[in-house]
Amino acid sequence: MNLSVSIGQLKLKNPVMTASGTFGYGEEYAEFMDLNALGAIVVKGLSLTPREGNPVPRIVETPAGMLNAIGLQNIGVRAFVEEKLPFLRRFDIPVIVNFFGDSVREYVLVAEALSNVEGISGLEMNISCPNKDAGWCIFGTDPGTMEHVISAVRRATPLPLIVKLSPNVTDIALMARIAESSGADAVSLINTLTGMVIDVKKQRPVLANITGGLSGPAIRPVAVRMVWEVYRAVKIPIIGMGGVMTDSDALQFLIAGATAVAVGTAHFVNPTAAVEIIDGIGRFLKEEGFSDIYDIIGSLSV
Amino acid sequence: MSKYFSAEIVDNDYVNKHIKLLTLRPLSEVIAPEAGQFYMLQAGNTYDPLLKRPFSIFRYDLNSLQFLYRVIGKGTSCLAAYTNGDRISVIGPLGNGYPAPEGDFIVIAGGIGIASLWPILEKFRGSCYLFYGARNRDELVMSDEAEKLSKHVFFSTDDGSAGQRGFITTLFKDFLDTSQAAYRSLPVYACGPVAMIKNLSVMISGKLLRCYASLEENMACGLGACLGCVVKTTSGHRRVCKEGPVFNLGQILR
Repeated sequence: MNLSVSIGQLKLKNPVMTASGTFGYGEEYAEFMDLNALGAIVVKGLSLTPREGNPVPRIVETPAGMLNAIGLQNIGVRAFVEEKLPFLRRFDIPVIVNFFGDSVREYVLVAEALSNVEGISGLEMNISCPNKDAGWCIFGTDPGTMEHVISAVRRATPLPLIVKLSPNVTDIALMARIAESSGADAVSLINTLTGMVIDVKKQRPVLANITGGLSGPAIRPVAVRMVWEVYRAVKIPIIGMGGVMTDSDALQFLIAGATAVAVGTAHFVNPTAAVEIIDGIGRFLKEEGFSDIYDIIGSLSV
Repeated sequence: MSKYFSAEIVDNDYVNKHIKLLTLRPLSEVIAPEAGQFYMLQAGNTYDPLLKRPFSIFRYDLNSLQFLYRVIGKGTSCLAAYTNGDRISVIGPLGNGYPAPEGDFIVIAGGIGIASLWPILEKFRGSCYLFYGARNRDELVMSDEAEKLSKHVFFSTDDGSAGQRGFITTLFKDFLDTSQAAYRSLPVYACGPVAMIKNLSVMISGKLLRCYASLEENMACGLGACLGCVVKTTSGHRRVCKEGPVFNLGQILR
């Protein structure tokens, strides 16, 4: 039974990774699962310098999901490399570092800083954050800005580059094609969908940030649809995510065309979700008479 | 021994109109909790509510975990609906609890906050000056037992139906103002509504009082991963679930 997949130059022993921002820097979950069982680990997004993030309330539960507005709180590249990476180096799986910036310059500096460090196998670029040089519009929702920032990062790093697409766009396939033509080795999708919840008694937003990113099973059908649209539009591999709670959910993404999936919010509810999903995918393939994970990737018949 | 385990509900009864006592029997060997630590409990059997809910440990013995909770929203309503024999998934014990007192100490409990403080009352029985306030007599749950465990008790209710009428922090302030210096140096352990913690925070600022308070914040994972439950401290944002829930109140900025 082959469960291993390739994402560009990255070799994964199985198609299940963690979603950035839901798995800390790995340490928090090491007591619940053998991290070596994962296809890859994707760590919390880093910026050049530490960020304190948003005030609370930062999260609010919604039907079958949750909104978060953490505000990209992180310890910065330097502290990550010095304090967190040594722990991750002990594991025999690819470590993918999610990163972001508030300017093209910051993206490039972070990508460069992470490129010459032992123990980092790939980069995932979060483009769903605001650009301070363009009126704080979101990098990943404007085709021109997106092309500019991805191309600049592509020149700055030899590492496998995954671009994490924002779903808050009209045509996700177009954005995926721009990522591909700008030099991305893979795309991951979807990031959270922007939403808000209002406290009707106070007539105020529940989140301090007003809006937040929706995740969890509530967004899964949207995510599966977007993966399917992107699969038909690009040749580079897709990492699918959005409300993956079970092996059956993960299989939907694979069948829609994702080469791998990421488990995020599920880990808040079940800290062993990823390993259960890996086991479940293997069981499914065996029961259905497949011998290779690639037999079902993109196998959707319509 | 995993911190992620299944447990069977062996008791889930009302102790008054709004507060229930939940008794869980873990189905595997579990880690003994410390006073002030908490557990994430599955609430309901669907994706709505999706997230587990954090509850401080109320009582623990070798084969059972007890939680005292107020039925107040969606999650606790789901928890209240469980019946004996139901099984739920649990994560815990989590976070940092109360440091053990040396000698006498003061406890300030507001409403259901008593649940979090109960383990220190029981463990260090006879050493506590307890200040316990609630909305009314009925809400002042376990007050008879609390009295037996404490050296001295001060009760207050919002409506005056038991103890003194008014806030428990007012009673505590009067005590500080009128008592001998020796009492003013006792460590304080507190858990209660946001307003109570805020009052307390103002009261201790600039004083030498050591005050350990258990804080609450919306929480998704309980493990330190989601960064949803931070509080502002003198050294930046700290996670309630990981560095807390018990903090030295003097370091909390609100």
